[in-house]
Amino acid sequence: MVNAAIVKQLKELVGVQNVFDNKADRVTYAYDAAVLEPQLPAVVVRPENSEVLGRVVAFCNQERLSVTVRGAGTNLSGGTIPQLGGVVLLTNGLNRILEINSEDMYAVVQPGVITAQLAAAVEAKGLFYPPDPGSQAVSTLGGNVAENAGGLRGLKYGVTADYVMGLRFYDVEGNLIKTGSRTVKCATGYNLKALMIGSEGTLGVLDEIILKLIPPPRARKSMLAVFDQMERASQTVAAIIAHHIVPATLEFLDNFTIRAVEDFSHAGLPVEAAAILLVEVDGHPGQVAEESEQVEAILKQMGAKDIQVARDDAQRDRIWAARRSALSALAKLKPTVVLEDATVPRSKIPAMVHALQDIARRFDLAIGTFGHAGDGNLHPTILTDKRDKGEWQRVEAAIEAIFDEALALGGTLSGEHGTGLAKAGFLKKETGQGAILLSRRIKSALDPNHILNPGKIIGA
Amino acid sequence: MADMHALVRLMREVEDQLASCMRCGMCQSVCPLYATTGREADVARGKLALLDGLLREMFDRPDSVRERLDRCLLCGSCQAGCPSGVRVMDIFIKARAILAGFSGLSFSQKMIFKGMLAHPALFDQLTFWSSRFQKLLTRPVNEMLGTSCARVMSPLIGDRHFKPLADRPFHHEVPFLDTPAGRSGRKVAFFVGCLLDKIFPKVAGDVVTVLEKAGVGLLIPQGQACCGIPALSAGDTQTFQRLLRHNLERFPVDDFDYLVTACATCTSTIKKLWPLMAEKEDAGTRRRVARIAEKTLDISQFLIDEHLLTDVPSVGRASKPAEVTYHDPCHLKKSLGVSVQPRAVLNAIEGIRFVEMEGADQCCGMGGSFNIKYYDISRDIGERKRRAIQASQCSVVATSCPACMMQISDVLSRGGDPVRVRHVIELLAECWKDNDNYPSTH
Repeated sequence: MVNAAIVKQLKELVGVQNVFDNKADRVTYAYDAAVLEPQLPAVVVRPENSEVLGRVVAFCNQERLSVTVRGAGTNLSGGTIPQLGGVVLLTNGLNRILEINSEDMYAVVQPGVITAQLAAAVEAKGLFYPPDPGSQAVSTLGGNVAENAGGLRGLKYGVTADYVMGLRFYDVEGNLIKTGSRTVKCATGYNLKALMIGSEGTLGVLDEIILKLIPPPRARKSMLAVFDQMERASQTVAAIIAHHIVPATLEFLDNFTIRAVEDFSHAGLPVEAAAILLVEVDGHPGQVAEESEQVEAILKQMGAKDIQVARDDAQRDRIWAARRSALSALAKLKPTVVLEDATVPRSKIPAMVHALQDIARRFDLAIGTFGHAGDGNLHPTILTDKRDKGEWQRVEAAIEAIFDEALALGGTLSGEHGTGLAKAGFLKKETGQGAILLSRRIKSALDPNHILNPGKIIGA
Repeated sequence: MADMHALVRLMREVEDQLASCMRCGMCQSVCPLYATTGREADVARGKLALLDGLLREMFDRPDSVRERLDRCLLCGSCQAGCPSGVRVMDIFIKARAILAGFSGLSFSQKMIFKGMLAHPALFDQLTFWSSRFQKLLTRPVNEMLGTSCARVMSPLIGDRHFKPLADRPFHHEVPFLDTPAGRSGRKVAFFVGCLLDKIFPKVAGDVVTVLEKAGVGLLIPQGQACCGIPALSAGDTQTFQRLLRHNLERFPVDDFDYLVTACATCTSTIKKLWPLMAEKEDAGTRRRVARIAEKTLDISQFLIDEHLLTDVPSVGRASKPAEVTYHDPCHLKKSLGVSVQPRAVLNAIEGIRFVEMEGADQCCGMGGSFNIKYYDISRDIGERKRRAIQASQCSVVATSCPACMMQISDVLSRGGDPVRVRHVIELLAECWKDNDNYPSTH
């Protein structure tokens, strides 16, 4: 338990200015972006260098204090909600880009570096870091690794895991563990880095991350296609993939979302359209020209009512502005926004979209659906007011129905938001009890006192 | 122990607005204070969570929440970029009023707001006499920027390089003016504001010059009061209401087409906060406030949107051709969306080469009383602005707000940078004054 003596020792470890134990400060670290009850931590600490980070972890283990590592606190599954009375460990004191190596195309960063800031720094050196989660303007790379964050470019470029070359992390006793390397290939030892990615701070505490960089695409082309039938749009997604074209992004907006975006931004979207698809192909100029023609042909063949192809950057920006404002346009309609990310194999997109419409009707809820249709990762967004108890019960039932539907179609509970607290109770449905028991054995071996972000992923 | 139930009842007023924050955290990317401190209690999401905590009766006393709520520049960056459209500024202003009403004002706040600001004539006299005495305690430190610093150790001044009170406030030069609409066919009321009146009377004079040259009729009523923002941001609604009523009497809304100011903060206060805080006034007052708010424009916005600079052939050469950059005051760009017009004014002046600085719309860190309470943080934020100005390599930084001018003068003066800080209207007025060809006024 955290008491005055513990706080005093923490202050000695990280400095008085980096310990927050006033209740008013602690209240501001009790939540993240998930729609879950806040939990008040007992103390919040902010180490400013690697060595101190390790000492704090070891100290918490020795004192049996639960530790929840927090970057920007933007997690959508409750992964950064601390344990009541536990310690919150901030990473924003560890926010330096340590190296950007153009020759070997990698970057080394501390966990608190903001995703968009790394992307900009890398771009300035003529390279490209593709993962672009929706929260990239504030999210940290440590958080991205711990949650295996995705983004709009997942379809072609993959997710955070595909860019982690190596990690340095502290185990629960404060030993510094190295895994992976600065090389493209690395076949030594257990792949501990794979175990750490997506472990949500339950197995160790990240200290340094080596990220793969790639050359940026030299050309790109964006298109917007309007459909008057939802089924047609979702079949088109499946058709593009079936033709073995891999666009950089292939996004979907349903009628509910289109109307919300249009009310909000007056971008000139067709409000009567059942669905819109946004497609961007990128790569070598020759390849872009060829693929964009192919995509256009498929769009026509599948019965798109209207196809707009961006001729320049301004038109491209207009096309993507609609997608970028989707979540905020929906969020403005109701106080509580539940953003789900159940994901299905791409060919099952039509079935999933159909099921979501059915669920909205069945539970009498407003659900806007948009998202990364190209990688099967839709974002059914439930608009509600958590204070309306009756409706909230229907929301919880609808979430479970969405999970069941995704799993029945061979999909997963979460494409990119993580298990956290929100989906821990449902994990068994996806993985079965065996995987959970094995995971608990791994957890017990690496964190025998169960102090590292307890309750997340595999339950308490 | 304070009666927290009573406070919770009062807080219900903002409950619905509080519920609209989805805790996405995107405000972290734009908050100038969070960028400096990295503390969640400094960013809007944290403050909204604290107010939520008050509502849930998580606190025995409101003091610690109030202290964190007050630690804010009220720049509105968070609201301008909020994905859920949370009306953060409305919530903060109302919450400050509720908490001040509940816990009371500090002794110095009472002295300043209730004892002085609420009585415009007395406030004018006090500041006039202070301007006589300030030279005893302070000395000029930078001639080009017109800043001063303390002669002796002073806890209030610290090591600031501040703009001193003017020898003669604007209302001594022009106590009253009422001219008919000239060839522009428009008549405007000029809301001078405290900083222009008492620290930058020259800018106020330049506003008059420019409007006269543009053939605009002017109403400058006698005995104008403060717009009320200092009182309001401290939660002193009584003083605010008093100032509001005082100003409403002096600005008869039927007598002018527009009300212009050259202070971003006054403009934003009149347009946004007067209507917000008039919600509890009688229907007649609410209507008058709404009409005044509708008529209120920033001076550059008025000149450009009403096409007054294209009508005037005499917009000629800047007296000293210069590279000029522009700082967007938060209360113009983030609060009112006005950013194109001041640049258009600068671009209309031949002899000025306009250079956009990096992060032109990033807060300068002034934040009114924030600068007094949290000078170190204010200075850190100001340093970023200073670096952006330096990087632009301009010899002049123009802006549209006297409060920003004070802060930017302070950071540039302490850094010894050879950059002048000017109001957009000063540059326009000067090129007009230097040009003999301008048409006669009426």
